[in-house]
Amino acid sequence: MAHQQIVVVGNGMVGHYFIENLVTHSQSAEFSVTTFCEEPRLAYDRVHLSEFFSGKTAEQLSLVEPGFYEKHGITVHLSDKAVSIDRDKQIVTSANGVEVHYDILILATGSYPFVPPVEGHDREHCLVYRTIEDLEAIQASASRSRSGTVVGGGLLGLEAAKALKDMGLDTHVVEFAPRLMAVQLDEGGGNMLRRKIEALDVTVHTSKNTTLITDGKESRHQMQFADGEILETDLVLFSAGIRPRDELARDCQLEVGPRGGIAINDYCQTSDPNIYAIGECALWNQQIFGLVAPGYQMARVVIDRLSGENARFTSADMSTKLKLLGVDVGSIGDAHARSQGARSYVYQNEWDEVYKRLVVSEDGLKVIGAVLVGDNDSYNEIMQYYLNGIDLPETPEALILPRVEGSTAGLGADALPASATICSCHNVNKSDIVNLMDNGVVALADIKSESKASSGCGGCAALLKSVVDCELAQRGMTINNDICEHFPFTRQEIYHMIIVEEIKTFDALLDKHGKGAGCDICKPAIGSILASYWNDYVLSDKFYNLQDTNDTFLANMQKDGTYSVIPRIAGGEITPEKLIKLGEIARKYQLYTKITGAQRIDMFGARQEQLPLIWSDLVEAGFETGHAYAKALRTVKSCVGSTWCRYGVLDSVGKAIDLENRYKGLRSPHKLKFAVSGCTRECAEAQSKDVGVIATENGWNMYVCGNGGMKPRHADLFATDLDDDTLVKYIDRLLMFYTRTADRLQRTSVWMENLEGGLNYLRDVIIDDKLGICAELEQQMQHIVDSYQCEWKTTLSDQEMLNKRFRYFVNSDATDNNVVLIEERGQKRPAREEERKQIPVHLVNSA
Amino acid sequence: MQHLSTQNMTDTNNSKWQTVCNKDELLLNAGICALIQGMQIAVFYFAKQQHIYAVQNYDPYSKANVLSRGIIGDLNGQPVVASPIYKQHFNLQTGKCLEDEAVTIQTYPIRIVDDQVEIAVATQTVTSI
Ligand code: SRM
Ligand SMILES: Cc1cc2nc3c(=O)[nH]c(=O)nc-3n(C[C@H](O)[C@H](O)[C@H](O)COP(=O)(O)OP(=O)(O)OC[C@H]3O[C@@H](n4cnc5c(N)ncnc54)[C@H](O)[C@@H]3O)c2cc1C
Ligand code: SF4
Ligand code: FES
Repeated sequence: MAHQQIVVVGNGMVGHYFIENLVTHSQSAEFSVTTFCEEPRLAYDRVHLSEFFSGKTAEQLSLVEPGFYEKHGITVHLSDKAVSIDRDKQIVTSANGVEVHYDILILATGSYPFVPPVEGHDREHCLVYRTIEDLEAIQASASRSRSGTVVGGGLLGLEAAKALKDMGLDTHVVEFAPRLMAVQLDEGGGNMLRRKIEALDVTVHTSKNTTLITDGKESRHQMQFADGEILETDLVLFSAGIRPRDELARDCQLEVGPRGGIAINDYCQTSDPNIYAIGECALWNQQIFGLVAPGYQMARVVIDRLSGENARFTSADMSTKLKLLGVDVGSIGDAHARSQGARSYVYQNEWDEVYKRLVVSEDGLKVIGAVLVGDNDSYNEIMQYYLNGIDLPETPEALILPRVEGSTAGLGADALPASATICSCHNVNKSDIVNLMDNGVVALADIKSESKASSGCGGCAALLKSVVDCELAQRGMTINNDICEHFPFTRQEIYHMIIVEEIKTFDALLDKHGKGAGCDICKPAIGSILASYWNDYVLSDKFYNLQDTNDTFLANMQKDGTYSVIPRIAGGEITPEKLIKLGEIARKYQLYTKITGAQRIDMFGARQEQLPLIWSDLVEAGFETGHAYAKALRTVKSCVGSTWCRYGVLDSVGKAIDLENRYKGLRSPHKLKFAVSGCTRECAEAQSKDVGVIATENGWNMYVCGNGGMKPRHADLFATDLDDDTLVKYIDRLLMFYTRTADRLQRTSVWMENLEGGLNYLRDVIIDDKLGICAELEQQMQHIVDSYQCEWKTTLSDQEMLNKRFRYFVNSDATDNNVVLIEERGQKRPAREEERKQIPVHLVNSA
Repeated sequence: MQHLSTQNMTDTNNSKWQTVCNKDELLLNAGICALIQGMQIAVFYFAKQQHIYAVQNYDPYSKANVLSRGIIGDLNGQPVVASPIYKQHFNLQTGKCLEDEAVTIQTYPIRIVDDQVEIAVATQTVTSI
């Protein structure tokens, strides 16, 4: 193939996906790529656009890795719209006057929100929901409104309604059709959905045809309907469907559909063979696909074709599984049973507000569709039957009936054919996973990162895990999670043994369940479990020898064998008096001081035998240990918050101090870091913490499982608008559940990613108490809170132990003469190796 | 506690047993540090097995005197200490580093006589890496 110039018009989800996959999967030397991006930013995740309202920033929504386009030499015309195509000369011209020649042109212009041509539709505070700018406008308008009305009760409309509700508006949904989500749901499903949504205090008006929007009496607008009714509202949000953006194609006489959409064939080619159309602007077989997966599929077809292969687009699956306003909704295939001879099984439970319909083929052998409202548990399984054409079990209704205890777990992963799609977001099928495993990638987390499976909507997590488990079993493999050679158990199993058998010492555990003498892996891990479960004093005779030196000396060992000392400065708040005391103590012992990255003060260069002296001064000055040495809560970082900051909505410092004081001392599988920000500007960086708390007008938003460090991970929004008590309750449960179930040295992020069901499962356990253990978790946490002791204070009270353990030599009062300090910038620091050579010191043990 | 085993029992010509401390001053399943002829020596006590070991305190990897503060245990049946800094393991009997055959630390004969811990050190300087 000769060098080709590829021009992509539209840098939305599909346009970007096309470019990303083109340059990473093909010989990039063979072409150069230019893209026109009408929006002021590169592609972002429109599917998760609503998360913008819960605090996700435009950067977080971005789909483009920073520097990606530069790295691959892709020319981007940002904020520049393509305005015409000259098909003869093969030139695209933009609004800014840029002219680019193309060999291949890709139209990925997406769609625009349809606004019914009702009189008054263009009044101020009548808005749409498609771009980040739209959302900003909605946010601005909502802050000056009391009520809001969404026109359109489809999937997007309901999502928009949730956003309005979350912003505290009195929310209405107006739908033209007689029921909600008319495309995806049948009547029974639509009705059940309506009940559930009304229970959430969103008013639903169906069969309403809006005829006029005009000035309201009590509100900003008055909406008038064909049936004579009226509705007063301050904000109108149109979500009445989408229309393909085909204007460029029309203008250059490409074939378009009667109701819009750029017509394409199975190769995604338009009526001009050099021009392709993909995504929501494309019309295939008289259909527009308003979902992202079919768009991605089209992009892959074009890439295959450009690299000389013959892939075809052969329809896309429009099944959907969502949580709308917290309500589970699923729609698969022929949800309306329109196919010839289709017959249905229906399960309706008005107590729990669940509706399920299974549509089967005329011969009763295959699933052809399903509707699920209020319970999506069976979605994945039904999908597998549907997508893979698997014969139905003898009693198909079992697929939608509630599982009674003792019944079988359903379709096993081994029943799936190799071609079964496991992750539709990233088009990963079973054979991709099996291949990876054949090549030695067997750990779930690695499979996820290699295949990208389950990194989109996350809906396939449970299925992915069962495929992996099943494959492992078939290979006779068990992943060896033994903590070490002394204990053939996982950390979690050991945790359970300790609870169930009430084991209180390492030796007792070793005698009963282990072998040998233990090692530097199992000893600290078990020491930490014993300490967190029994909350005993960590330096007691039975524990101290299990710990790393940092824990045995309650300080952090530095490279020269001295220690650093970090007292707790809860929330980063410190009085001038205490600040002076710290300075005095550091000066007295000639310690190097530095502000740490977590809002507190570290004092370095303390020799082992000095630690008790330094700490008795610190304790006297009112300080407590900061646990910088422990796998435990480190700090709760705070921003100034409402006390001083002109934007603060709640007292973040006070909250940080409370949280830090509550959880200090808890021993956990790995260190824990929190932060509390006083408003969405997020100056405390709460979204990079294991637990992040951000103040909103309506309470606290709680984020979980983030971290910085080597592999930074943004925390996930876990719950919104919590009051003080609920926040603490959720954190209690989360931390205790983590402490119980995580592997050793597994931070919350990795722990959560490895939990089957991930974040949603965590919500089920922590918020909905699915396992029925919340009371116990809270109780256990309360025990730990109540039995807190400052380890340093306790340590100082035991003079005999101090003498024995903290002196440097058992038989001499000398100190370590290998510790050599040098002055720099007014402080003492360890001498570097080359500096040591120049200082006349006698190094012990060297010849 | 005469049955406490010792290693490198050979009381070589130029080695001399030196009293370090009372056995009560040993830390159970942990290390302490002794200063003998200007040398820092780490002494470890495996309480259950009733074994004691003495090795140099100097950690050749971090170049700091820290081995007495490492966690002890066994790996594949060999008694070991893990350096608290970069976690290499040293066989307490042979001084061999488990991660790198080429690195060995000094070990010393050690015993308990009349409740006193004794270590034999060569009268000339000990070498290490
Ligand atoms: C002192 C401090 C650096 C400073 O001068 O600012 C520091 C020092 C060390 N960090 Fe850190 N970290 C310090 C803040 C951080 C932060 C920032 C924060 O907490 O806001 C991070 C990123 C946030 C996070 O953890 O998510 C951080 C991420 C790490 C990591 C990577 C963790 C990860 O999950 O990838 C390690 C390695 C580890 O824990 O395995 C680490 C390990 C270490 C160790 C323990 C390395 C070691 O084994 O010696 C350092 C101990 C030095 C010492 O003895 O004091 N440190 N470290 C900071 C102490 C904060 C405090 O007041 O307690
Ligand atoms: C709130 C919301 C929630 C959604 N939820 C889901 C969901 O849960 N699941 C799902 O599958 N789908 C969902 N969707 C739909 C999904 O976002 C779209 O299917 C997807 O974005 C389509 O990608 P696209 O690239 O075709 O279009 P877009 O992402 O819209 O990108 C088209 C881009 O082209 C630009 N453009 C247009 N014309 C020109 C021009 N002439 N020159 C330059 N640039 C131009 C546009 O400005 C736009 O940036 C949702 C959509 C919204 C708005
Ligand atoms: S970043 Fe590295 S060098 Fe700096 S404190 Fe953390 S661990 Fe030490
Ligand atoms: S199906 Fe969405 S992430 Fe796998």
